[in-house]
Amino acid sequence: MTAAASSYLDDRTSISAVVKEFGRKIFPDHWSFMLGEVALYSFVVILLTGSWLTFFFDPSMTEVDYEGSFVPLKGVEMSAAMASSLDISFDIRGGLLMRQMHHWAALLFIASIGLHMLRIYFTGAFRKPRELNWVIGFVLFILAMAEGFTGYSLPDDLLSGNGLRIIDGMVKGIPVIGTWISFLLFGGEFPGTVIIPRLYTLHILLLPAVIVALIALHLVFVVVHKHTQFAGPGKTNQNVVGVPILPTFAAKAGGFFFIVFGVIALMATFFTINPIWNYGPYDPSPVSAGTQPDWYIGFADGALRLIPPGLEFDFLERTYSFNILIPMAALGLFIVLAMIYPFIEYWITGDKREHHLLDRPRNAPVRTAIGAAGVTFYGVLWAAASSDLMATHFHVAVEHVIHTLQALVFLAPVIAFIVTKRICLALQKKDREIALHGFESGRIVKLPGGEFIEVHEQLDEYERWKLVSYTDYAPLMIRPNSRGKITVAQRARAGVSRWFFEDRIAPVASKDLEVSHDNTH
Amino acid sequence: MADDNGGRDVAAAPESRGAAHPVNAVARVDSGSTVSAGTAVVPRDALQNPGLPPHRPRVTDVDPKKERTAERWVYSLFYLSLAGSLFTIVAYFAFPIEENSPASTRANNLALGIGISLALMALGIAVVHWSKTLMSNHEMIDQRHVTSGSPETRARAVQIFDEANKESGLGRRAVLRNSLIGALVVFPLPAIVLFRDLYPGTAPEPVSQLSHTMWEEGMRLARDPSGTPIRAADVTLGSVFHVIPEGLEEAEHKLEEKAKAAVLLMRLRPSDLNELPERQGWSYDGIVAYSKICTHVGCPVALYEQVTHHLLCPCHQSEFDVTNHCEVIFGPAARPLPQLPISVDAEGYLIAQSDFTEPVGPSFWERASVDND
Ligand code: HEM
Ligand code: FES
Repeated sequence: MTAAASSYLDDRTSISAVVKEFGRKIFPDHWSFMLGEVALYSFVVILLTGSWLTFFFDPSMTEVDYEGSFVPLKGVEMSAAMASSLDISFDIRGGLLMRQMHHWAALLFIASIGLHMLRIYFTGAFRKPRELNWVIGFVLFILAMAEGFTGYSLPDDLLSGNGLRIIDGMVKGIPVIGTWISFLLFGGEFPGTVIIPRLYTLHILLLPAVIVALIALHLVFVVVHKHTQFAGPGKTNQNVVGVPILPTFAAKAGGFFFIVFGVIALMATFFTINPIWNYGPYDPSPVSAGTQPDWYIGFADGALRLIPPGLEFDFLERTYSFNILIPMAALGLFIVLAMIYPFIEYWITGDKREHHLLDRPRNAPVRTAIGAAGVTFYGVLWAAASSDLMATHFHVAVEHVIHTLQALVFLAPVIAFIVTKRICLALQKKDREIALHGFESGRIVKLPGGEFIEVHEQLDEYERWKLVSYTDYAPLMIRPNSRGKITVAQRARAGVSRWFFEDRIAPVASKDLEVSHDNTH
Repeated sequence: MADDNGGRDVAAAPESRGAAHPVNAVARVDSGSTVSAGTAVVPRDALQNPGLPPHRPRVTDVDPKKERTAERWVYSLFYLSLAGSLFTIVAYFAFPIEENSPASTRANNLALGIGISLALMALGIAVVHWSKTLMSNHEMIDQRHVTSGSPETRARAVQIFDEANKESGLGRRAVLRNSLIGALVVFPLPAIVLFRDLYPGTAPEPVSQLSHTMWEEGMRLARDPSGTPIRAADVTLGSVFHVIPEGLEEAEHKLEEKAKAAVLLMRLRPSDLNELPERQGWSYDGIVAYSKICTHVGCPVALYEQVTHHLLCPCHQSEFDVTNHCEVIFGPAARPLPQLPISVDAEGYLIAQSDFTEPVGPSFWERASVDND
């Protein structure tokens, strides 16, 4: 039966070549490699639940009187979008579940992309030949946030309308074209009657299409490059150690898909998300204190809050809104730096080899410290988005919270950098000690001479290998080029290189080990 | 090569680098090719990779009883998943949504959710358990190859481009090539122009719309959202009113008008107000009206602190001082909230003396050029 069916297929598709090529491809295993999978699977859940929602959702801003089952809003005037979202929530069986699954899946999608990205960064998986895939992944992260924001706006409730109002205000702050962009976007003055249908097209057509295409490309690259693996016994830069796609990896991944799906369903069953019925329809006038955007927008909201007063100037009859331009520029710069980081490190090390073995974060102290600084910067902005909640929660004036955060946004990343780098070096030193002298066994023995010593247990060669196998870089030495000159670029590169690599702990070599063993015996 | 860390000099040093040396498995990459290792340090006497550790069998590999238990778990979970799916279908009908009954909506959500979650989780856990306990877990090894094509492939690719270039004459026929590039550059431009009518060309200029609100001389101040007009006598000391123009309900673009015309009305002791000479007549007996739309990015400035006479914007915590014409005392907003000049009519109702004298809400590029007077 199966033989006949597969032969039928193969006669028409030559599918056997694909199975032969990919069926037994090897995938290495590590829990952190599942973060990308979580992102992929939650996106599938988003596609399924989102498509279901499109059959019931009405992306229109026509004003209607709500007549559904949610009594407190009966008779209230609202857009058809809001009314249909309420109908989905209260009058369509399974509707609330689907809406909440869609929203929880969206949150999980963005969270898992973020964590996946951190995994890639801190293990150096972005190095050659994977730099372009890092960029693709980063673009996906930004598109995911755009998808989230457009989706969040669709129900046209009070909170989402307020979010759009903020976007409108920011767009208007852009020099020269801002006013026009705002009017083109909203089809006139805010809020207008077209923004929801326009966002709808972006949300269910344009952005998903681009995301699907980029995910496909992202995965093609994963296959072309083969997955990275952590250094370990038997693992080299020229091999991949793991389980084959068929059957083990496919089974694990397939099973894991259903688990992710199931977790999202569980969350949607038991935890309310985005209760638009409590907010009511959009109205430009009321707003309640303590309202928050979805968490992934928080860093941008926080950046807006940290700007001190008075940063707006009129010059030659034009208005320059630096209170909006500065946060936008700062976030833009942050995003661009993160996006091109692989190329920066490539330039500094000049290492043109391919890297398929992952670094343990401690073995690249400065990279890890830069990452920690970046995470801290993001974290401070994110905290700033809750400045009002912190003020009420800790009973301090919001001014103090903001002033503290304004200082922290500059200081905290520096502190994080220094501390992280120190910790990495200390861990490396400890690794080196253990590789050389073994670890303290806790066993005390009495020597014939009467003195007591603690027995050091030596590592076996497999354990030791994990501690000693990493790439070590030295600072660049400046040398004249072929024409006997030292270029400015060389000087710059040498400077950064020194900053990166001046503190380093070399991996244990065999002669170190011999010396150490001679001493202990 | 500006790139390397001093080839010759360092090669003699104890810690040397470069693909030329025998190196360990970590550092040896792209065997056969000679790409630069940059500033990587490759010790000559690095430890040797000990190779894969011996495989350790699982309990299910050695104990047939454990194997059978695992098998039982897996198929039980499959059946549980099946039951969950069937339960969901039944629940869809067994827990209908009844009109005006939030409890029935909740029950429906709960029943369907539990059924679906069970079906999915049991299925997922079963398959993963199967793969972890019963499928082979022998580590297998693939060899990697450099990502780039082989030198021959690359040479052939270059050759193909060469041939294509020759056969088409793209490089040779400069006029054809340049005019092609010209046409290609210009061809997307109409697509950009086509978006111009996202804001219809027949509609009024943006700046003129942003410069005016529906307030005009004699228009009464009314309560938001009921629309009933407000008497000066109703505004007691320390109170605050959320205000819309009377007749907003009937306006053609209600939300757009409200988004510009919303106002906050407060009564302070006249002695608490530090009024500019040119605005002396804009308040009425300590009653002042200010735009509710934040000059930062446009949230409604909804919170009034009676004691300090401060208005607080909940979005980014800008604070405005009502006693000093709502100047900014904290937060990212840069401009005071615009003041609406008010007085009372013959019947004692509060009315506007005119529209705002400047654009309300967030800044925009052309704002400084607007002259409302
Ligand atoms: C990365 C992808 C996506 C993300 C992050 C995302 C996120 C969101 C969010 C946060 C909402 C608000 C839900 C609520 O609480 O009401 C939403 C609504 C919606 N989404 Fe998506 N979405 C994505 C893709 C899709 C796709 C592919 C479709 C359809 C094919 C879709 C269809 C919808 C619909 C119809 C709504 C409105 C439903 C309602 O408000 O009741 N979404 N989306
Ligand atoms: S909108 Fe008021 S502070 Fe930002």
